[in-house]
Amino acid sequence: MEIFDLLVISLRQLAKNKLRSGLTVLGVVIGIAAVTTMVSIGQATGDLVRTQFQSLGANVLIVFPGRVQKAGVSEGKRASLTAADAAAVASDCPSVRAASPLVGTQGQVIGGNVNWKPNELLGVGPDYLAVRNWPMASGAFLSERDVLGATKNCVIGHTIAQKLFPGADPMGQQIRIRNIPFTITGVLAKKGANMVGQDQDDIILMPWTTVRKRLQGSNFANVDVILVSARSEDSSAKAEQEMSLLLNERHKISPGERSDFHVENTAEIAKVLNVITSTMTAMLSAIAAISLVVGGVGIMNIMLVSVTERTREIGLRMALGARPRDILWQFLVEAVVLSCVGGAIGIAMGISASYAITAGLNAMLPDAHWPFVVSVPAAIIALVFAGCVGVFFGFYPARRASRLDPIEALRYD
Amino acid sequence: MALIELRDLAKTYDLGEVQVHALRGVTLDIREGEFVALIGPSGSGKSTLMNLLGCLDRPTRGSYVLAGEEVAGLSRDQLAQVRSRRIGFVFQNFNLLARTSALENVETPLLYSKAFGRSDRRARAAELLDRVGLGDRHDHHPNQLSGGQQQRVAIARALVNKPAILLCDEPTGNLDTRTSREVMNFFRSLNADGLTVILVTHDLEVARRADRALVLIDGGVVADTTDFDQAAEMLHRRVLDGDDA
Ligand SMILES: Nc1ncnc2c1ncn2[C@@H]1O[C@H](COP(=O)(O)OP(=O)(O)OP(=O)(O)O)[C@@H](O)[C@H]1O
Ligand SMILES: [Mg+2]
Repeated sequence: MEIFDLLVISLRQLAKNKLRSGLTVLGVVIGIAAVTTMVSIGQATGDLVRTQFQSLGANVLIVFPGRVQKAGVSEGKRASLTAADAAAVASDCPSVRAASPLVGTQGQVIGGNVNWKPNELLGVGPDYLAVRNWPMASGAFLSERDVLGATKNCVIGHTIAQKLFPGADPMGQQIRIRNIPFTITGVLAKKGANMVGQDQDDIILMPWTTVRKRLQGSNFANVDVILVSARSEDSSAKAEQEMSLLLNERHKISPGERSDFHVENTAEIAKVLNVITSTMTAMLSAIAAISLVVGGVGIMNIMLVSVTERTREIGLRMALGARPRDILWQFLVEAVVLSCVGGAIGIAMGISASYAITAGLNAMLPDAHWPFVVSVPAAIIALVFAGCVGVFFGFYPARRASRLDPIEALRYD
Repeated sequence: MALIELRDLAKTYDLGEVQVHALRGVTLDIREGEFVALIGPSGSGKSTLMNLLGCLDRPTRGSYVLAGEEVAGLSRDQLAQVRSRRIGFVFQNFNLLARTSALENVETPLLYSKAFGRSDRRARAAELLDRVGLGDRHDHHPNQLSGGQQQRVAIARALVNKPAILLCDEPTGNLDTRTSREVMNFFRSLNADGLTVILVTHDLEVARRADRALVLIDGGVVADTTDFDQAAEMLHRRVLDGDDA
């Protein structure tokens, strides 16, 4: 018998008993839907984590000032890091590609006729964009001269440009930051939102010296953090070591003594997060796969019932010339068709479910742009797996059918 | 050479404690184109013999040569092929596939033979349905057909593979007199076209439409004759003997 005929026969047979067929495949549907959803959401989470860390910059390490403890009492952050430290790290650590000091502040901005409070108002060094892997949309970034002179030049993010100067070119425009007039010398390229939905383009960058001297009126040369990028993902651990060594030396910390800073390696965090998401995905998928096995047992059960119910039909088909293997194929194909149909429905449901979940997440975090990932290989694997479940659990009933004696089967009642 | 040559063909059902000798060594020949009626009391082994002739079952002993080929020792696959190529069955209870159209019922045997390609199968099945007078009932399901019509679908199905032998186990058992006469007429016309027909029946009137009678009693052929009155008498006497015993 040809496979086409077998398919037609089995589809007709299943169509004769739609409700039963539907209930039979329910287990497989749920199993495949669960696996598909898990893989889809898991991959989306992984993708999101990856893009987030990429948007943070290339292999970024962050140096924080350490806490100072006196007699075991924490006394808050010490002003231990300086712009000179940043410069030294950039020039003396071979694994470091670029470094920039960073000083954060807040304040009201007035530009055009708009009053606006940016998300981030940062004082940075000239290499900040290199560290963050962030291109300019127009104009030029702050230079060493801007830093040295604490100029009142600033570079704005995409959102600021749109809010303050809708439809106009912000280049060269004046804005007032905390009532001090600044000139816009550049606009950053659009970066989008981060994982928690915060708009990264709602940002104004100026020389860190300007923040200290003009906005804060202070003469301290310390900075909040130093942002560093390693030359490659592999060299980030080495960069961490080199920096620790250098900064300990610069801060005159003797070996064994507690450092007054600490380094956060985002590449390591990304790795850990990746491992966590993929492990979670694998575990949840494995649990979902168990329901597939349960679904397979359901198919086997119904196929066994079906073989018994159709014993006379089997005898008749044999009388009409069917060989045992024709009968075997008929029931096996029926089981496989059943499970594959269940698998296809499950994939459709899984994709719908992941779409709904993604939409839900995006509704809760409007700017996160959680990606909707449909993994075609995962869908194909799921379908093949469903087919295998059909073969595995359909084989026994089918073999039983094929081994029936024609006469006894014909006489069966 | 006869189409069917049986030599000491026997079938014993082993039920553990008892052994049922359903057939006790039957020897006979049936030539191509014959129309044979198999008669005998209930339990005499008629169906057993038909199943052996139809290659549905294997004999315990003896030889069965069908069209020059010994089939007694064939495997299940080989027997299936013999059934597919040479034999058409008509059953007392029609045995149609439920919830399946007449056309598809007739088409079923073609799925198991390579005689017709997929495109020709429909046409062949339709041709046979037309021949049994059901040209307007192709799409009807068995439960939408009368008993006589169902049996005609079953006959069309039996003929669709161009068998050499038509085996009918009480084909008129579930039909009224008029319909069974129609069915017998149809068998006669098929036989006139050269088909070998063997049928089992309880009804002597039906048996008389055949050319040759085989009287089977207690698993043995007690009469092989063209004289139906003699056959009827044999049968009657044995039944009476049975009552005496
Ligand atoms: N599968 C079986 N197992 C055991 N005994 C069987 C089996 N099939 C038939 N027999 C026995 O073999 C004998 C012949 O049975 P068979 O069915 O051939 O009779 P029959 O002539 O067709 O009778 P009827 O006219 O009632 O159909 C009977 O005694 C029956 O009980
Ligand atoms: Mg019988």
